[in-house]
Amino acid sequence: MRRIYLDNAASTKVAKEVIEEMLPYFSEKFGNASGLHSYGVEARESVEKARELILKKLNGKDYKLIFTSGGTESNNFAIKGIAFANKNKGKHIITTKIEHDCILNTCKWLEREGFEITYLNVDKDGFINLEELENEIREDTILVSIIHGNNEIGTIQPIREIGKICRERKVYFHTDACQSFTKVPIDLEKDCIDLITLNSHKIFGPKGVGALVIRNGVKITPLLHGGGHEFGYRSGTENVPGIVGFAKAVEIMNEEKVEYMRKLRDMLIEGILKIENTRLNGPKENRLCNNTNFSFKYIEGESLVLYLDEKGIAASTGSACASHKLEPSHVLLAIGLKPDEAHGSLRLTTGIYNTVDEIKYAIEVVKEGVEKLRKISPLVR
Amino acid sequence: MYSSKVMEHFRHPRNIGEIKNADGIGEAGNVICGDILKIYIKVGKAEGKEIIEDIKFQTMGCAAAIASSSMITELAKGKTLEEAMKIKKDDIAEALEGLPPIKMHCSNLAAEALHNAIEYYYKKKKSPKM
Repeated sequence: MRRIYLDNAASTKVAKEVIEEMLPYFSEKFGNASGLHSYGVEARESVEKARELILKKLNGKDYKLIFTSGGTESNNFAIKGIAFANKNKGKHIITTKIEHDCILNTCKWLEREGFEITYLNVDKDGFINLEELENEIREDTILVSIIHGNNEIGTIQPIREIGKICRERKVYFHTDACQSFTKVPIDLEKDCIDLITLNSHKIFGPKGVGALVIRNGVKITPLLHGGGHEFGYRSGTENVPGIVGFAKAVEIMNEEKVEYMRKLRDMLIEGILKIENTRLNGPKENRLCNNTNFSFKYIEGESLVLYLDEKGIAASTGSACASHKLEPSHVLLAIGLKPDEAHGSLRLTTGIYNTVDEIKYAIEVVKEGVEKLRKISPLVR
Repeated sequence: MYSSKVMEHFRHPRNIGEIKNADGIGEAGNVICGDILKIYIKVGKAEGKEIIEDIKFQTMGCAAAIASSSMITELAKGKTLEEAMKIKKDDIAEALEGLPPIKMHCSNLAAEALHNAIEYYYKKKKSPKM
């Protein structure tokens, strides 16, 4: 059966160039980067080269890049690390209602540890209100953490404006850029970012590797103590093949690829919005180049995703029925969708390996699926 | 995640639609979870007993909800009303070769909708103006 992968916000296929770059690090160049011998030295050189390459992409001259196991670890490290190291200054943190679960659940855990968290509202397209942010910053606020590109509805926050506000008010600013890195230009200096979370497997790199980039001078406590790897910020033997692959993935991403994903995204939006009683969730402008998210009235998302899977199309949904909690997506609820609208949601995210032909086929299959499910729905009049 | 039986009923649901002038209509649903089930029955007689002569369903919900609705129409068709009232969520889940634990409530909803349809019929019989 023909298989079409349209869940690139969840994970991506590893690029061939990336795999080729990684392979020697499993067999010939397998050394521990801390070793004094030639094996260690060649591993260390590769890790440092990777670090430099990624920092350069971000214009991070006065920053340290700490390799981690991925987005979840980096976000935990940023939030808990800042909280623990700065609790003498204050115990207030500001974030938003549309963060990834690894930020929200870390914040909820900190609440139980005596921290106070403010969850900023978002408008109907998922943007925060800068004035609300300014008003919520207090004497005891130690951190503002705001997702750059939203994983569900694609909203790209104005991080430079946010960064400037935080810098002016002398509060650390962290952004989770798992979805946006390499797709949206980021300039750590100009955007006034203190900490940024990156990961590899959303950009055609391997799973199990990511990074937290920290501005020099930021007070942060490590999560993992041990042999003092990564400047003492993250102990544990470096995942050399992963790090090398991550850097290669960053290196080969370019504006042409971003434009291509955007073109496919716009085709999807145009084609699918032709279905009656359908809405696009998330903004029209300032949207991630690969993200689409729709709500179809009268039907439920999990059944649509399964219908698509039967036809070979991989997609995802914010429907409660597909979640372990049986609650609809917190992001869709935060932008004001009613539970029944959130139930009928479908996320399709494009990647560099999709073709125009695949997108055309996907639009047709989505139409069929929606029609079929509406036929058996008691809500259609 | 789902058994092949669930997927088969999801792919080819039986007895879809509504019955015009149904003798009983039953609904069950939960806004939080997003499943809404509606069951229509036509009551007939066989060997002096009232039976479910025809049954149809409409469902908005996940694959488990659709398959549970489809399965209960198969289980109930031709049964006496008394027998049909005894169909429980476990019977549906078993007939579907199992449901994931988190989806068991879907089979419960199907049983509830059927029982509501039968009760609706009984009430209507008592006060025909309804």
